[in-house]
Amino acid sequence: MSTRLSKGGRLIDRATSLSFSFNGKPMHGFAGDTLASALLGAGQSLLGRSFKYHRPRGLVGSGAEEPNALVSMGRNARFEPDQRTTTTELFAGAELKSQNHWPSLNTDIGEINDKFSKFLPAGFYYKTFMGPRAAWKHLYEPIIRHSAGLGAAPKEADPDRYEQAYTYADVLVVGGGVAGLAAALKHGAAGKRVWLVEQTAHWGGRTPVDGGQIDGLDPQAWVDQTLTRLKAMPNVTLRTRFMAAGLHDHGYVIGYESVGETAPDSGKPRHRLWRMRVGLTITATGAIERPLAFAGNDVPGVMLASAVRDYVVNWAVSPGDRTVIVTNNDDAYRTALALTEAGLTVPAIIDARDSAIGELPELARAKGIRVLEGRGIARALGRKSVTGVQICAQAGEGGAVEDIACDCVAMSGGWSPVVHLWSHCGGKLTWDDSHAMFRPDPDRPPLGDQGQAMVQAVGAANGMLQLQDVMAEANVPAFAEAEAAMSAVWLMPAGAGEALKAKAFLDFQNDVKVSDVQLAAREGFESVEHTKRYTTLGMATDQGKLSNINGLAILSDALGQPIPATGTTTFRPPYTPISLGAVTAEAKGDLFQPLRRTPIQSWHEAHHAHWEPVGQWRRPYTYPRGEETHRDSVNREILNTRENVGLLDASTLGKILVKGPDAGKFLDMLYTNMMSTLKVGKCRYGLMCNENGFLMDDGVVARLSEDSFLVHTTSGGAEHIHGWMEDWLQCEWWDWKVYTANLTEAFAQIAVVGPKARMILERLGGMDVSADAFPFMAWQEGELGGIPVRVFRISFSGELSYEIAAPASRGLELWEVLVDAGSDLGVMPYGTEALHVMRAEKGFIMIGDETDGTVIPQDLNLNWAISKKKADFLGKRAQERSYLANPDRWKLVGLETLDGSVLPDGSHAPLDGFNANGQRLLQGRVTSTYYSPTVKKGIAMALVHRGPDRIGEEIAFQGENGMVACRIVDQVFYDTEGAKQNV
Amino acid sequence: MTQKGQNKMSEPVSALNGRSYDGFACVVETGLQGMITIRSDLGSKPLSKALKSLGVSVPKMRSFAQADDVMVAWMSPDELLLLCDHARARSLTAQLEQALAGTHALVVDVSDARAMFTVTGARAQEVVMKLSPIDFATLADDEIRRTRTAQVNAAVWRSGADQLSLVCFRSVAGYVMGLLEVSARKGGEIF
Amino acid sequence: MLILTCPYCGIRAEETELHAGGEAHLKRFGPGASDAEFETYLFARKNPKGVHFERWRHSAGCGKWFLAARCTATLEVFGTYSAQTTQPPKHILDAIKAKRPNWEGLV
Repeated sequence: MSTRLSKGGRLIDRATSLSFSFNGKPMHGFAGDTLASALLGAGQSLLGRSFKYHRPRGLVGSGAEEPNALVSMGRNARFEPDQRTTTTELFAGAELKSQNHWPSLNTDIGEINDKFSKFLPAGFYYKTFMGPRAAWKHLYEPIIRHSAGLGAAPKEADPDRYEQAYTYADVLVVGGGVAGLAAALKHGAAGKRVWLVEQTAHWGGRTPVDGGQIDGLDPQAWVDQTLTRLKAMPNVTLRTRFMAAGLHDHGYVIGYESVGETAPDSGKPRHRLWRMRVGLTITATGAIERPLAFAGNDVPGVMLASAVRDYVVNWAVSPGDRTVIVTNNDDAYRTALALTEAGLTVPAIIDARDSAIGELPELARAKGIRVLEGRGIARALGRKSVTGVQICAQAGEGGAVEDIACDCVAMSGGWSPVVHLWSHCGGKLTWDDSHAMFRPDPDRPPLGDQGQAMVQAVGAANGMLQLQDVMAEANVPAFAEAEAAMSAVWLMPAGAGEALKAKAFLDFQNDVKVSDVQLAAREGFESVEHTKRYTTLGMATDQGKLSNINGLAILSDALGQPIPATGTTTFRPPYTPISLGAVTAEAKGDLFQPLRRTPIQSWHEAHHAHWEPVGQWRRPYTYPRGEETHRDSVNREILNTRENVGLLDASTLGKILVKGPDAGKFLDMLYTNMMSTLKVGKCRYGLMCNENGFLMDDGVVARLSEDSFLVHTTSGGAEHIHGWMEDWLQCEWWDWKVYTANLTEAFAQIAVVGPKARMILERLGGMDVSADAFPFMAWQEGELGGIPVRVFRISFSGELSYEIAAPASRGLELWEVLVDAGSDLGVMPYGTEALHVMRAEKGFIMIGDETDGTVIPQDLNLNWAISKKKADFLGKRAQERSYLANPDRWKLVGLETLDGSVLPDGSHAPLDGFNANGQRLLQGRVTSTYYSPTVKKGIAMALVHRGPDRIGEEIAFQGENGMVACRIVDQVFYDTEGAKQNV
Repeated sequence: MTQKGQNKMSEPVSALNGRSYDGFACVVETGLQGMITIRSDLGSKPLSKALKSLGVSVPKMRSFAQADDVMVAWMSPDELLLLCDHARARSLTAQLEQALAGTHALVVDVSDARAMFTVTGARAQEVVMKLSPIDFATLADDEIRRTRTAQVNAAVWRSGADQLSLVCFRSVAGYVMGLLEVSARKGGEIF
Repeated sequence: MLILTCPYCGIRAEETELHAGGEAHLKRFGPGASDAEFETYLFARKNPKGVHFERWRHSAGCGKWFLAARCTATLEVFGTYSAQTTQPPKHILDAIKAKRPNWEGLV
C-alpha cells in the first residue's frame, strides 16, 4: 500500500498541511503536493475505472503523460470532470471524486464488461450494431450514450474568470529543466528577449531527482544558481505553471498559464491563455518514459519507473513497500537506488536484456539488490492492487519460472522525447534505433515566415537521454553514471500468447491492448492513422503520450515493416487539455461580441423596446405598451405613422462621404444608375451590384457639393460598402482622385414620418421645411431647435418624411425634442417591423429580403435604375450573360391571399412534376410577407416565374396548413401614385 | 410615453458620459473629444502650412505630433487624425477645409464618430496586453498603433508616463469599456 | 496564424488584423469582354502549391490593401508590396528566385 514517508520530499512543505477529500473521505496532504501525490500519500492507489472494461486503475505516471488518474473536482458551479491529478496542484478544500463507475469505485457493475472483454475487441461497435436501422435510434444509441463519456458535464455557468494576453519574444524556451535553463541563460546573456516557461510549479525538471553533477555542482544547486542569474536579467521572463500548448504558423505559440487554479476565491483569473509571437522556440520539453506491454500492466500499483522515483524523491510518497523493477535499460536502476535510499525494499530488478553490466546495475548489485537478466514479467497478479509478478524468460512464451510478491511494479521500456511542439507545425522526426525512439530531425525543422528554422530541440526533447550529453549541447560540463545500451522490448515476453496479449495494455485509458492492434492489422488497417481510429489507440485525453510508440511498434511488427516505415500519428495541439474558459476569455455574456449602440439606445431601453438584431446593432423591433402583443403594437405604430406622425431611429444607416474631382465618375461605376448628374442639394436612390451582377446594397445618395457626395447604405452594409469602395480605389482605379470617409457613427439619424411630420419640424424652428422651399428628394443643412442638422426629404414609407441627421453627441437631445414637440400630434416611435411593413405596402424592396445574392435588379423590375447610357459599371458585364439577360426568370410581383390570410415567410409555389434530383418543381418564392393594417389583409412580395406577365393570375403557395390561393398583383399596395410622400 | 417637463439635455454628450472604473489600473472614458479626419497627399504644401499654423508638423509614419491644444496623428499614407477641443472641431474643420481648398483633400469632423479612453497606472499596459496584439516593447513614445481591441478596431498610444489612450468607434464604446473593465480587474495583474 | 508586414505602415501585422482578398494581379474585364475572358476574371483562380501572390487588407490597421508573395506549402513570405501595381516588382521576383530557383515564374 502506498504511504507518506516520514522524511524527505524535496517539493513538499510539511509545515503546511492541506485538507481535501476523495469520494467524501477526508484526507490531507502538504503544500507542494499534486493531487496525485497527495492521494497516493494518503494511501489511495485505486483512483478510477477504465473507459471500456471498467478495470480498476491507479496512477501510472507523475506528470502530463498520466492516462488514468482523472477525477471530478469541485461542486455545483465549480464542478469539473476529468481533472488530471498529476498536473493539478493540491489546494485546501479540494473535493475530488472518482469517475466512470456505478455504484461505487470499489464495486462497479460496468466491470462485467471486463469479463466479456474477449467479445468486446477493437471495432466491436462497428461490427455489432449493424441493424436493424431503427434499433440505432431507440436501442443502441441510448445505451452507448449512457455508458460513454468520462465524468459528468457541469450543469451551472462557470463562476471563474479567464483571460488572454499577447506577448512577443525573440526566444521562447519551453521547459524549465536543466536543458531549458541552460538555453535561456545562453540567449538571455546574448541580450535576446527571452521567455522561459515551465509547465509544473518547479524548476529543474527530472535532473534533481535523477542525480549527477553539473558544472561541479549538485543539480539542484546548479538550478538555483542559474535561476538567480536569469532573474537578474531584465530581458528574461520566467513563468512556472505555464504550458506551451501549441506551436503554429510563423512562430505563433499558445501558452496556457494556471494563475488562480488553487485559490478559487482569490479574485485571480483561473487560467490565462497567452498568444505569443516568437522568433525562435526552443523545445526543452524532456522525454516521457514508456510502459512495457505485459499482461496485467494496468493493475493499480504498476507504474512507470520514473514516476515511482518522482513520488519518493519529490513528495516522500512510497507507492509500495516492495517494488519490483522491470526494465530494458539502465535508467530504471535509478529507481531501485532511490527506493533503497528511502529505506524501501526492492525484491528484484527484472532486466529483459541478456546482460546488465553497466555502472548503474553494478551500483544496484552493490546495494544487495537481486538483478535477473534476460527475464520478463509474464503477468502482474492482483486486481485492485498488484500483489506480485510472475517471472518468465523474456525470450519465451511466458512460462513462469518464479513468483515474486510485491505491492508495486516500476516499469521502464525506454524513453520517448516530447516532440509535440516540434511536430505541430511541420517539424519532421527521425528514428533513433539505438534508443528505439523518434527524435526531431534537425535537417527538417518547422519553418518560419522567412523560411528559417523556427524551432530548435534541446536536451532530452532532442534525444539526449544522459545528463552529460544534455549539458554538452549547452557547453556546460556535467557528469552522471554512464548508461549502457538499452534493448527495445515491445512485448513481454517476446513470445506471449493470445491470453497474455489480451491483457497487455497499450492505451490504459481507452483499454487498447496488444491483441487489438494486431487484430486491426489482420483486418487490413495498415495506416497508423486508421489503426488509431479503429482501435481508439491514443485517442483518450492523454492523446497517447504513453501508448503511441508502443502501439505503432506492435503495428509495425504485425505488418512486418520497420517502425519508421509505419510512422507516427499526427501531433496536434494542445499538448495537454486546456480549459474552454481560457479559450473564451472575455468573450462571453455582454462581451460575447460587440453590441453596437446608437446615440438613442438608452431611450429605447427606457421605453421597453423589443429588439431585433441587425448586424451587430440591436434595433427596436417595436415598442409594446402595457399588455400589447407585438403584432398589436406594430399595427398601432403603422397606423399612427400613416395617420399622424412616427419617429424612427435610423442612426444605423451607413453614411459614407465620397469626395474628390473624380467622385462622380467613381459613383457612376459603383451604382447601376447615373450619380454624376445629380444636382447639388438633391438626393437620388441607387443600386449597387457586385461584379457578378447581383444586387448587393441600395440607398440614397445626396450630393453635398460639386465634388462631394454622401452615400447612404443599408444598416448592415456600411463597413462592407466602405471597404468595397476602398478596394476599387486602392487596387483598380488608384489614379482616380477620390477620398472616402465612413461617417456612419458621427451622426444620429431620425426619420420623422407621417402627415404631421412637417408640423413638428415647424415647431422646432430654424429651417424652412415647406413643400416649396424643401421639396421631395432634396436635402438642407441648418438648425432645428438649435441643433445643427442635415435634413433629407426622402421616404421609405410612402409618407411625408424627413430624415434628420444630427451630431451623435446631440442625437438623444434631438429625439427628445421631437417627442416633446409632437406630443399633442400623436407622435410615436416605431420600430423596424413597422418600417418593414410600410415599405412592403409601398412595394419597396429590402436588401436581404428581396435579394439573396442571386437576384439582379432586373428581377426586381428595377430596370429604371439601371443606366443604359453608361459604358461601364460594376456588374454591367455580368448582367449581359445569357442566363441573366434571359427574360425567362423569376421576377418580383405582389401577392394577395384570396382569404386575406398571411403567407408564411419563404413559402414556395410548387408546380407539378419533379426535377432530375427528384425535387418538386417550383415556380415562385415569397420574399416578404406581412399583415398590412393599412389595407387590412395579408400582403406579400414574391419572385415568380415570369411574374409581371402574369398579373391577375391565381397561384397557390404553400401555407402553414395546406395550399393557399393567391392572386398575382402589382407589388405596390398603397398609394400607387406616390402622392402622399410628395406633399 | 412623452413626459412633459422631462429633464432634457441641451449639451452634447459623449458615448459613455465619462464613465470610469478603478481596477489595478484606472479606466476612464474621457468624454467629448474633437477629432478631424484629414485625407490628403501628406507631402502637400498647403497641408504642412495649415498644420504649422496650429503648431504641429506633418507626423511621420505611425507617429503623432503635439502642440498645446492639438495633436495630429498619422493614420495611413494619406490620412491624418487631428485631435482638438470638442467645441472647436467644427470651426477648425472649416478652417482646414479652407486652407486645403483647391487641393484634392477631404476634411471632416468625426468627433462624434468616436469614443476615447485612458488607462492610467503603472500597470496600464497590462490591461491593453489582454486585448490587443501590440508589442509594447517596440511601441515608441510618439507612436500611434492602429490595431484591434478584442473584436473591434482601435488606435492606441502612450499619452503619459503611466498612461495609454485608446480610440474606438462610438457605437462600440460600451463594449470597449466592458473589455477594459474586465481586463483591469484586481487580481488580473500579469507581472 | 500568419504574420505579414504591411508595406504602407510597416506593422508586422498578425492575421487577425488582416483581411484576405484572394489572388492578386487579376485583370478586370468589363463590358465588351468575351464570355471566356469574363469567366476567367470572375472565376478562374490559381491554387498553386508553392509560390503565390495574394491580396491582403490591413483592415484593423491603416486600412490599406497590399500584395504578398508567399509559399502556400511552407508559408514562407517572400515579400509584401504595394497594391498599385499590375505585376510583382523586381525585388519581389528576385527574392522568390533566390529562394525558389526552380520557380517557373508568373504564368
